[in-house]
Formats: sequence, C-alpha cells, structure tokens
Amino acid sequence: MLSIQNLHKQFGNLVVLDGIDLNVEKGKVIVVIGPSGSGKTTLLRCLNVLETPTKGNVSINQTDLNFEEKVSKKDIQTLRKQTGMVFQTYNLFPHMTALQNVIEGPVTVQKVNKEKAKEKGIQLLEKVGLGDKIDYYPHQLSGGQQQRVGIARALAIDPEVMLFDEPTSALDPELVGEVLRVMKELAHEGMTMVVVTHEMSFAKEVADEVLFMDQGQVIERGHPDHIFTTPKEERTRQFLNLLSE
Amino acid sequence: MFLLNNMLYSAVFDADRYIDIAQSSFLPLLKGALFYSIPMTLISFVIGIILAITTALFRISGVKLLSGIARVYISIIRGTPLLVQLFIIFFGLTSVGIKLDPFPAAIIGFSLNTGAYASEIIRAAILSIPKGQWEASQSIGMSYGQSLKRIILPQATRVSIPPLSNSFISLVKDTSLASTILVAEMFRKAQEIVANTYEPLLLYTEAAFIYWMICFLLSLVQDQIENKLNRYVS
Repeated sequence: MLSIQNLHKQFGNLVVLDGIDLNVEKGKVIVVIGPSGSGKTTLLRCLNVLETPTKGNVSINQTDLNFEEKVSKKDIQTLRKQTGMVFQTYNLFPHMTALQNVIEGPVTVQKVNKEKAKEKGIQLLEKVGLGDKIDYYPHQLSGGQQQRVGIARALAIDPEVMLFDEPTSALDPELVGEVLRVMKELAHEGMTMVVVTHEMSFAKEVADEVLFMDQGQVIERGHPDHIFTTPKEERTRQFLNLLSE
Repeated sequence: MFLLNNMLYSAVFDADRYIDIAQSSFLPLLKGALFYSIPMTLISFVIGIILAITTALFRISGVKLLSGIARVYISIIRGTPLLVQLFIIFFGLTSVGIKLDPFPAAIIGFSLNTGAYASEIIRAAILSIPKGQWEASQSIGMSYGQSLKRIILPQATRVSIPPLSNSFISLVKDTSLASTILVAEMFRKAQEIVANTYEPLLLYTEAAFIYWMICFLLSLVQDQIENKLNRYVS
C-alpha cells in the first residue's frame, strides 16, 4: 500500500538517505530504529514530503510521486491527505482548543460539515482518553495529553497510514506510557503505522517489521524477534548493546 | 506702586483672557480631531494594514519579482521623509495633471507610509511562528493559503499587536503633518486660532493635550486586545 523505492535525500553535499526501499502492507506496523543522524526522521518526513527527496519514488495507493521529475503541489497534497503525522514536539495549534485542533483538518481541508466533524472529533478525543479535555487549550494540557491530541488530530483526516516521528522523545518519563498505550491500541485495531522511536519495548511488542538504519542506509530489517535477539549485523548489535547499557 | 498695579491688572486680565480663549478654542480643536485627525488615522491605518500584509506576503513569497517590488517600495517610503512624501502627492503631482484634494492626498500619503513600516512588523511576526506550525498544517493536507489564513496569521497577529499599536499611535500624531497640505485637522485649527489670538503656548498645549488623550485611550484599547489574544498562551 505504501512503498518507497530507491529514495535519496541530500542536503548540499551531505547524504542523509542513500537509497532506501520499503514496502508497507495494509495493517502492518513498521518501526524504524537507529542512532541519531542515521536518517530515520528524514525518511519519515520524506513519506509525506515535509522533506523533498532528491531522487526516488514514494507511493501510497494510487498516488505515485517520482522525484526525478517535477512533482505537482496537488499530488503532494493528495499524498498528505492519506498520511497522518505525529510530531516529536506535538506542534498543536496553540490558538485552538483540543477539539478545534482535531476538526481543523476535516473542516478546512476536507470540507466536512462542522457539526459532523465535531461529533467525530469528540469520539477521537475520547478514544485517546481526553473526552474531558475537549475545550482545553494546548498550554493547559500536559505533554502526554498534548501528544494524544496530536494523535487524534492526525487520525481525524482518516489517513491510510500514520507516521510517528519520535512521539515520546520530548515527554517526561512518567508520561510516555499513556502515549504508547494509545499507539498500541491503534496498532491492534489494524492501523498501518510507520514509527520512528527509541522505545524498544514498543517495537518488540507491536512491530511487524523493524528497520535498523545507520548513515542513511537500512542496515538490517526483519521481525523484532530476530532483530533484538539474533541480529546479523555488527552495527545493529553495537547499537542495541548501547541501548541496554 | 503704579507699576505693580499694572502688572497685577495685566495678570488678572490675562487669566480671564486665557480661560476665554481656551474655552472658545476647545470645540473647534475637538472638531478638527473628530472630523479629520481621527478619521484620517483610521482610514489610513486600515488601508495601510492591507498594504502591509500584501507587502509582507510578497517579501516572503520566494518569488523574486514580488519580493523585489516589496523591497523597493519599503526602501523608498522608509528612506524619504513623510512630509516630503505628502508634498509630492499634494503639490508635486499637480504638475503632471493629478490634482488631489487635501484629505485624499493625506490618506494616500499616510497609507503608503503605514504600509511600508507595518509590513516589516508583519513579516517579522510571520517569521517568528515556529516552522512546526507550517509542518503540522501541511501534514493535515492544508495548502499554503489555508495554513497562512487558519494557522500562521492568527498567531502572527498576537505577536504583532504591540509593535502595530506603536505604529498606530505614531500615525495619530503624524496626521498633524497634514496641516501643511491644508487639511483642516486639529493642528491646523490650532494654528488658525493662534493667528487670531497670538497665544501659541496656550493653543499648542491644548492641541498636545488632546493628542495625548487620544493616544492614552488607544493604549487602553491595545491592552484590551492583548488580553483577549493572550488567552491561549500561558
């Protein structure tokens, strides 16, 4: 459903992504791990063209973008409407309440009737455990609550695939759990997800495939059982050892 | 003794005269403010802000032609005195057959001036909004225009209210320059009364006082707006 082929990204002379291929089937959860600077966040941001790849293809369902040619704004928007993104720093709209954040996409972009959007927005906020916080502004919410609003906002556009960019990295340790719980629930419901994270427990529990990236390349990929217990590559082993220290 | 008497007499005489002139001049001055100074400020500011937003968007558009136009406009307006601009618009343009009445000429001058200065304020405010806000709005499928209208400008407004209030208050006072191109605003009224009464200190102080009161009221309004817009920041 989501696939990328031979994806390259360069910032000037710096090669950040060096030929990445990935196929995500519907309902699968892909977790991308790797040291900082390995290109995992850039990879995720290329999937909804927040970064424009230098070369390669990104396709979701019928939308196929080839970055060797000029890509139209319309195609980029079509692609973005099929992806929901959750950011490390939440990036909620501070001038809108939780509910307004959630219905912004449906109402402004998809032109959904406002009352209907509200109904669905409340359901989504209840789903992430914030049914009692719908009229709160972001600054009145804790980090974990803000991130859950962020997840609800991304879900509101009915995406084909959800992209998570280190969604728990900015959170206080005691707040990580509530966000991971929501993410696990989504995974169990069959949401297609690509998750960049340092939470190995999450990867072990819900990932269908784990990608280990380093220096812009996928070094190793496979089922979490294999990656975490019997990694083939030396670099994967080193990285996992560092984490368990 | 005679001298002292004479001085006292003239002091008493002056006090009565002062009160008399102050009373009889207050209404004309207030009219000048209500019918000219304040409308001139309001109209120029509204047009100026529209110009300013357009210019700011031109500058950040990334389109060379547009940002070039914006730069030249800002450079010319900021690089020349407002008084000279007013003279060119009102007196100068008559030479090429464009004859403007004083009031519209002043409006054009003040609008162009506000547009240039405020555009830099608005541009800075837009650039101060974190990149993540653009990304979040794009990630839910918004176009550039939608992001700008729904997400960026509302936040930039809050940032730009204090400096824009400064511009607005400056504009109130700058309208006194319109006296030189024959607009019958408050300061020109004061000058006319001085010509008849020979009391410059009294009349100009009175005018200054009215300007001050207007600006004082405006700063109260500014506080109100800021409080309202600050409700979503901790």
